[in-house]
This record gives sequence, C-alpha cells and structure tokens, in this order.
Amino acid sequence: MALNMFLQHLINAVGLGSLYGLIAIGYTMVYGILRLINFAHGDIFMLGAYFVFFATIRYKLPWALGVIIAVAGAILSGLLVDLIAYKPLRNAPRISALISAIGVSFFIENASMVAFTAKPQAVIQPKQLVEAFSVGGVRFVPLNIIVPVISFILVGMLLWMIYRTKQGLAMRSISHDIETTRLMGVSVNRIIALTFAIGSGLAAVAGIMWALRYPKVEPLMGFTPGFKAFIAAVFGGIGSIPGAMLGGLALGFIEIMSVAFFPTLSGYKDAFAFVLLVIILLVKPTGLMGEKLEDKI
Amino acid sequence: MRKLALAFLVCFLFAGGAFSADDVIKIGFYNCLTGQNAFGGQLELEGVQLAHKQFPEILGKKIEVVVIDNKSDKVEAANAVTRLIESDKVNVIIGTYASGLAIAGGEVAEVARVPMLGTSCTNPLVTQGKKYIFRTCFIDPLQGAGAAAYAYRDLGYKKAAILTDVVSDYAVGLAKFFKDNFAKLGGEIVSEMRYQSGDTDFTAQLTEIMSKKPDVVFLPAYFAEGAIILKQARELGAEFRFMGGDAMDNPEMVTLGGDAIEGFIYTGFAYAPDMPNMNDVAKKFTEDWYKEYKKDPNGNAALGYDSYILVLDAIRRAGSAEPEKIRDALEATKDVLTVTGTTTFDADHNPQKDIGILEIKGGKKVFVGTVVP
Repeated sequence: MALNMFLQHLINAVGLGSLYGLIAIGYTMVYGILRLINFAHGDIFMLGAYFVFFATIRYKLPWALGVIIAVAGAILSGLLVDLIAYKPLRNAPRISALISAIGVSFFIENASMVAFTAKPQAVIQPKQLVEAFSVGGVRFVPLNIIVPVISFILVGMLLWMIYRTKQGLAMRSISHDIETTRLMGVSVNRIIALTFAIGSGLAAVAGIMWALRYPKVEPLMGFTPGFKAFIAAVFGGIGSIPGAMLGGLALGFIEIMSVAFFPTLSGYKDAFAFVLLVIILLVKPTGLMGEKLEDKI
Repeated sequence: MRKLALAFLVCFLFAGGAFSADDVIKIGFYNCLTGQNAFGGQLELEGVQLAHKQFPEILGKKIEVVVIDNKSDKVEAANAVTRLIESDKVNVIIGTYASGLAIAGGEVAEVARVPMLGTSCTNPLVTQGKKYIFRTCFIDPLQGAGAAAYAYRDLGYKKAAILTDVVSDYAVGLAKFFKDNFAKLGGEIVSEMRYQSGDTDFTAQLTEIMSKKPDVVFLPAYFAEGAIILKQARELGAEFRFMGGDAMDNPEMVTLGGDAIEGFIYTGFAYAPDMPNMNDVAKKFTEDWYKEYKKDPNGNAALGYDSYILVLDAIRRAGSAEPEKIRDALEATKDVLTVTGTTTFDADHNPQKDIGILEIKGGKKVFVGTVVP
C-alpha cells in the first residue's frame, strides 16, 4: 500500500474513531458513577443532531447559536431522562434501571419518528467546513481535522474537571461509594444530574459533528453509533474516560484498516472489528484502561 | 359480569361489521410508509390512491384499499401481510417497495394462497417458484444488463468498480447482474467493495476504490445511503462517475447529496413526467397526478398506479373477487397498456419492460432515453 493511501486511511480512521470516542464518554461516565448502562445515550446524540438541524437549517439561525441551542436542548433532555426514568429507581435493583433505560431509548426513537417524520433530512454543511485540500496526495476536509481536535479538547477539559475540581472529586467519590459520599455532605443527586448533563452535552456535540460529517439526520441515526460507542467504552475499560476515547479510536481504526488491508473482505468489516474486540476482552476482561470491578451487569 | 357481557357485545358488533361487508372488494396495500424507504412507498401509495379515486368500483362492487405500513422492516412486512389476510380478509394484495420486504411478505401470501402484486421489488427471487406472487416492475437481471450495456456501449467505460450493501437482497442481486454483464461485454471489474446498511462512513471503501482508478462505479444503493456515498467520494477527490439503479430515484437524493450528485446516472422504470413519446395512459396519469398532488410523480408513483390497474383488470376478467380466480386472471395478463409500458406476464410472473436511463443534470433528473440490454 502506498504511503499516501495509508495516510488517507489513517485520517479517515481518526475522524471516525474520535466521534465514537466522544459518544463513548457519555456511556462511561454514567456507568462509572451509577453502574448503569444508559441506553438512551445514543438517542440523546440523535436529538442533539436534530436540534442543530432545526435551529440552523429550518430556522436559519447562525451556526454558533444553533450549536448552543442543540447542546442546551440535549442537556435538558438528558436531565429529564434521569429525572423521569432513572432517579425513581436509584435504590431499585440495577436490572430495573437497565430495563427502564431500554424503554426510554425506544420511547425517544419512536416519539421522534412521529414528531420529526422518519424521512432522512439533508444537513447543508457550511462551505468552509467541507472545502477539500490536498497535501502530498492526501485529501483533507477541514471537518476531518476539526472533529478530532474538538474531541480531544473536550476530553482534556473533562479530565481537568474530574481531577481538579470539587465536583469532579465528588463524582469520583460517588463511583467508589455512593452512601459514604452522601454522609460526607455531598448532594449526590445533584452530582449525578451534573454527570448526565455533561454526558448529554458531549453526545450533542458528537451528534452535531456527526450530522456535519455524514450530512443527514434521521430518528434512528443514534442506534448504530450509540451501539458501537458502547462497545468502544467497554473495550476501553468502562468507567474510564481516557479509555473510552482510546476505545473509540481503536474501533474506528480497526474498522477502516480492515477494509484497507483486506479489501476483498470488506463486507466483514464489523465482524472483524468485533472478533478482535472479543479477543482483547478475553485477554484483558476489564478493557484497555479499566479498573477491576467486583460486580458487573 | 355485566361489563364482560358488554365487552362481548361490542366484540360481536365489530366482528359483525367485518363479515357483513360482502359487497366490498378489499385490496390490501402494504408498503414502506415510514423508515428508510418511506419516500418510495409513499409515492406508490399515492399512485394507488389516485387510481382508486378514478376507478372506485368493479363488478358493481365498491373497492376498499386497506393500507398497512411495513416500516421498511422485513419482520414488519411479513406481519403486515399476515394482518391483511387474517384480520382484514383482503382479496388481493399490492406491495411493496424493496425486494427484501416483498420476499418476506410474499412468503406469507404464498402460504395463505392470496395473490400479491409487487410494485417496485426488482429482485428475481420475489416471484421465483411462487404461484401467487406477481410484479409490475422489471427485474434486476434486466436492469443490471441495461446498466452494464449503457456504461460499456453508450458511455465507453471499460473499467468498473462495484460498491454493494451486503445486507440488501436488492443490492447484492443487482450488483451481480451488472458485474456478469459488464464482464461479458468485455469490460473489467477492478474492485468490488462492500458495506452494510446503517453504515455512515464509507471513506475506507472509497479510498480503496480510488486506488484502482475505475472509469465508473456501480452503486446499487438506496438513495439515502447512495447520496452520502457520493458526497464522501467527492470530498475524497474521486473523479470517476457513479451509476445506480431504480432505488436511487428520489428527489431527496439531490437535497441530501447537493453538488456531489451532478452527473449521476441511474437505470429506472421507463416513466418520467418529462419523457418524450408517452403512451396515452401515461399522458393521462401525468395530467391527473399534477391535478391531484402538487409535486412531481416518478417511476414509483407510476408503478403504484399500474399495480392497481392490473389488479382491476384481473378482477374484471375473473368476474369474481375470489383470491384463487384473481390469481388465475393475473397469470393470464396480456398486453395491458400501463403507465410504465405494455404489461404481459411471462412464465415467472414478470413483465418485460423497457429500462429508462436517467441522469442528474443541474440538480434535476433528466430522462435520457431507454436502453435495451
């Protein structure tokens, strides 16, 4: 394979992988704190994409404003989901919350189909984001660079928040022992809500970038990326934020490279990716950067 | 206890209503009214509804069209047909867009011995070996051959690549027929890449195809994915041409793909509102369509209309609405003038029809002509 081809594949892989990573962080944060797999996360991602679509394409607001509206809308939706579907089940068996999560996911998907219609809608990308340029036989679209850069900046900010602020300390503490944290005078519900807010905000950013990169929105668009991001989170070690990003990048890398190196087997792309993940998890059950946990779902 | 009795009474009333409808002939219609193929299914429904409005009666009986959504999903398609047959007791079924769905629905209709007329399901397997399944559209071997002939002969392309959705019965079939015919004509297939419905990133496959430098890439995709693929190809700097099949025939494709769609060529049903030399039925259909709906018709709309006409023709000749008799009459369908050409069913229940060639020029679909493979 020629070097420029390989670099092209690499750029494609980083672009895809960083989006998976960004979605995976939402799963991993909620799991880290509540031991809950928030299946509605992929749907919050979809809502974020729809909000930006309505704001900028339907109502012709400027993009900056559209992004703010979309992130705010997604955060609100995430908080609502927590308030309605998870909070009343905080002390119920974990499996109940899991089923509730699946229910919420179906509800959001089907309600969106009715509200937004199931027809895919075109997202018109701002020109300067997609005007391609070549460097040494490798094609760059500005979006391909912007997406990973924004993802990495957000992960950096998040890590700073978790390890350097009081709220972050509270989050880490809740993930160890929710009862003791409560005894220490931490408003546990508020911190959990904050976790949902951050996770949903990141999902919205990912949704916006996804809608720009693959320019359409549809009610079920969250399903496949959400599913793959969940796998990326497990792969990276669920509960670990750098792990989620790493898992996402790894998944994107495997998907793209399996097609690049075995073009005749391109139909087996996902099969390749998942077989590799199974093997890695067999060798390292807690994922790439996961900590040992006593109980699992 | 009283409540229970009341419930029974209500049940009887409803059941009574369903059975006493002897003077009504029921045509079941199942199609993709939501989901990824909703656009095509919706147009077919509107085609059927237009025909129903014009011909609401047959044999002195009222016709009722029972519409069910199959949500572009194979399991839902089978359920839809079961419901049409068992609870709505329809006499004959029309539907659906998408071969995979028609195969799933057809299995049910075949077992229940209720005739089904497929609208735009082009894979040969839909009717193959089936006694009760027919279709209004041409089949993919013909379409694939037409596309290959047009690419090789008319456009002079010698090297082709193929990008297929492995989950779609339609795409896998059509890709194979294109490949076989293109090779038979003397062309070379330089790359065959695959993806799965639901994928959104095709950069890996496209980068790989680009390294093989084909003249043309055959993409038997559905429009939503097809448009995104074309867009990504242009972003990557691909200069080859794309060709596709009837499933790309959708104005949304231009909205989704923008400039990237320019120059895209696809085979389709031999009907477009701007086509020259229309037959009388097509002329009348086009006029009536514009009166009824404030948008352009396409091949799917025409096939929906045609399917209704063919079913009516069969019922008239059968002189009865019994499913078995309708089936026999459908099998004998001969030289019925329809919007998409003259329809005669062959031994496999497929019509022989011309293949239309369409091209996107200046953001608009243009009818280039017809091709005979």
